[in-house]
Amino acid sequence: MSDAAAAPTAVRPIWADLVGQEPTVTTLSQAVADPAAMTHAWLFTGPPGSGRSTAARAFAAALLCPEQGCGQCRECRTALEGTHADVEVVATEGLSIKVDDVRDLVQLAAMRPSVGRWRIIIIEDADRLSAYSEAPANALLKALEEPVPRTVWMLCAPSVEDVMITIRSRSRHVRLRTPSVEAVAGLLERRDGVEPAMARYAARAAQSHIGMARRLARDEDARIRRHDTITRAARIRDVGDAIDAAADWHKIATEESGASAAERNASELRRLLETLGADPAARTQPPHVRSQINQLEKEQKSRATRLARDMIDRALVDLFSVYRDALVLRSRGRSPLINEDSRAVVEQVAQSLSDERLLLAMESIGTARERIAHNAAPLLALEAMALDLRLPR
Amino acid sequence: MSGVPPLVLIAGPEQVLADRALAQTVAALREGTPDLEVIRLQAGAYAPGQLAIEASPSLFGGEKVIVLADLDEATDEAQLDTLDYLAAPQPDVTLIGIHRGGQKAKKVLDTFKKSGARVIDAPAIKSDRDKVDFAMNEFRAGRRKATREAVQALVDAVGSDVSELASACQQLIADTQGTIDESVVARYHGGKVEATGFKVADAALAGRTSDALALLRHAVAVGVDPVPIVANLAAQVRQLIRVGAAGRGGRSADLARELGMAPWQVDKARRTLGGWDGESLGRVHRALAAADFEIKGGNREGGGRDPHFVLERTLLRVCGEHANNR
Repeated sequence: MSDAAAAPTAVRPIWADLVGQEPTVTTLSQAVADPAAMTHAWLFTGPPGSGRSTAARAFAAALLCPEQGCGQCRECRTALEGTHADVEVVATEGLSIKVDDVRDLVQLAAMRPSVGRWRIIIIEDADRLSAYSEAPANALLKALEEPVPRTVWMLCAPSVEDVMITIRSRSRHVRLRTPSVEAVAGLLERRDGVEPAMARYAARAAQSHIGMARRLARDEDARIRRHDTITRAARIRDVGDAIDAAADWHKIATEESGASAAERNASELRRLLETLGADPAARTQPPHVRSQINQLEKEQKSRATRLARDMIDRALVDLFSVYRDALVLRSRGRSPLINEDSRAVVEQVAQSLSDERLLLAMESIGTARERIAHNAAPLLALEAMALDLRLPR
Repeated sequence: MSGVPPLVLIAGPEQVLADRALAQTVAALREGTPDLEVIRLQAGAYAPGQLAIEASPSLFGGEKVIVLADLDEATDEAQLDTLDYLAAPQPDVTLIGIHRGGQKAKKVLDTFKKSGARVIDAPAIKSDRDKVDFAMNEFRAGRRKATREAVQALVDAVGSDVSELASACQQLIADTQGTIDESVVARYHGGKVEATGFKVADAALAGRTSDALALLRHAVAVGVDPVPIVANLAAQVRQLIRVGAAGRGGRSADLARELGMAPWQVDKARRTLGGWDGESLGRVHRALAAADFEIKGGNREGGGRDPHFVLERTLLRVCGEHANNR
């Protein structure tokens, strides 16, 4: 029964994509193998990009697979994709999960699984359950409190603090750690066929964020954007530069999200009109169609806000790494630079700013991230930050 | 007869003027023909053939007016039918077209003019001077004298909406006697200042502390949301910084194009820049970013502050940075 723990070599194939998380794999494999180690609610936490939802999906597959996660059978494949009849994956693209959606989930949870051994509900952004009000989280509480046999909840969140305490106390906590650069690079090579040098660069630049690393490795535009973002930092001298730099960062981050969203919004609208049998060419739609369109536009707007915010946040994480690297250089630390490829920028920043100023800059970037996450005007927050990043003349 | 030609075109974006022109035209027509039939059609929601049906002579004779509104949103059918009608107008029918401006249905517009229509302009009333002129005209039309100061005070009080300004003028004409001076306006609209985020920002950036605070109280009292007030200030400070960074030289039109601003914004920023330097603007901008965050509730653990307190403190901070107050 504790085979997996005793012999880590016997790790089932389903866990292959969950790199650098050996303790978690052990815990989860045990739960799959031993009914006594299983429970009805799991809380996966870990830094963004560490593979929270990958872990939850792999766990779901292992639970449903007759061979505890062979990675080959239908159960495994559909569970990983989130298309298995008994696996419900909830991932919001908006700013929060709505209470009505949670109520639907609670109803679903009360039903027996249709084909497999378990009914599994994965909530990928459990932190968004209580983002604006606690109502959605409270709606979930009852279901967690009175577990239905053979239903498993898997909640994913960045940290336990992001989840309401009453939910936290009713679920078993699994903590993922930041995988090593080597592990992430290895995954990119093995799974996505990325060249070794590129894989290492991407894993390091993305600071082991698996999804980001994959994007950096495969999308040249993403690499250019990242490069533009960090080189811009070394050119801020006076107040005017700071405002310009903030405008550039804002533009870099929102440009892409705008272009891809416009296309998708238009196709969604087309599909909606088709479904409703409405005439897309009509200048004014009848009221019932209009209300549906309004609903769609509201969702699209919320999604756009979220996307733009996420993009800016990523840019700020990249920017942060420059000052972190500069601090490493100044203190002659031995830890490797994240921005080894842009060493010139890092060196310039390290020569221009004192340790105190570097810490102040990092503090300001953190403040800007926090403000933007709390709905502050992104451009204004970026400008205030850029003013603290000025290099002396 | 009424003297109204069979084709009338009311062109321009100002709703108040257009409505008034329409009412006057119809009234003039009615003088000669009390049983005049008035038919309203929306060119934006037009069924093909409608115009021809309505324009065809009725069994009982009689004159009629067809008002074709929203020509600026006219459907293709509406445009074609209107052009057909203009080519062969019906006797006993007066057609009034209303076009709010823009490029749509331009051909209809031109054909109207070519066919000898009476064109009544309804130009936009935007600047303060236009509004003062408009109010002056109102009083003149009402055969009343009004002082320049009184009209200015009235525009300051209710000028943001032209139709409100028009009805305020009518009210003063109907309710008061003699010359309309400042004291009359003060009696009716006293103490009401239209405080917008713009005015608050202007006062604060000019370093006028007490004006800024008073305007802020006004704005809050009439329900202006705190968030746009800060956004407005931030936008203006941003422009000041960018114009300031570009230096004093150069024509404002060139600079405006380079910065993506309107020339008057550049001129205004250059005037305002007098009391500022880059560093103090930077400090102000940082304070505004902090205020934006606090007004929106801040982080939940820290607890949001009262938005109005944050606003007042920020305004004091802004005014304090102005050179005159240091």
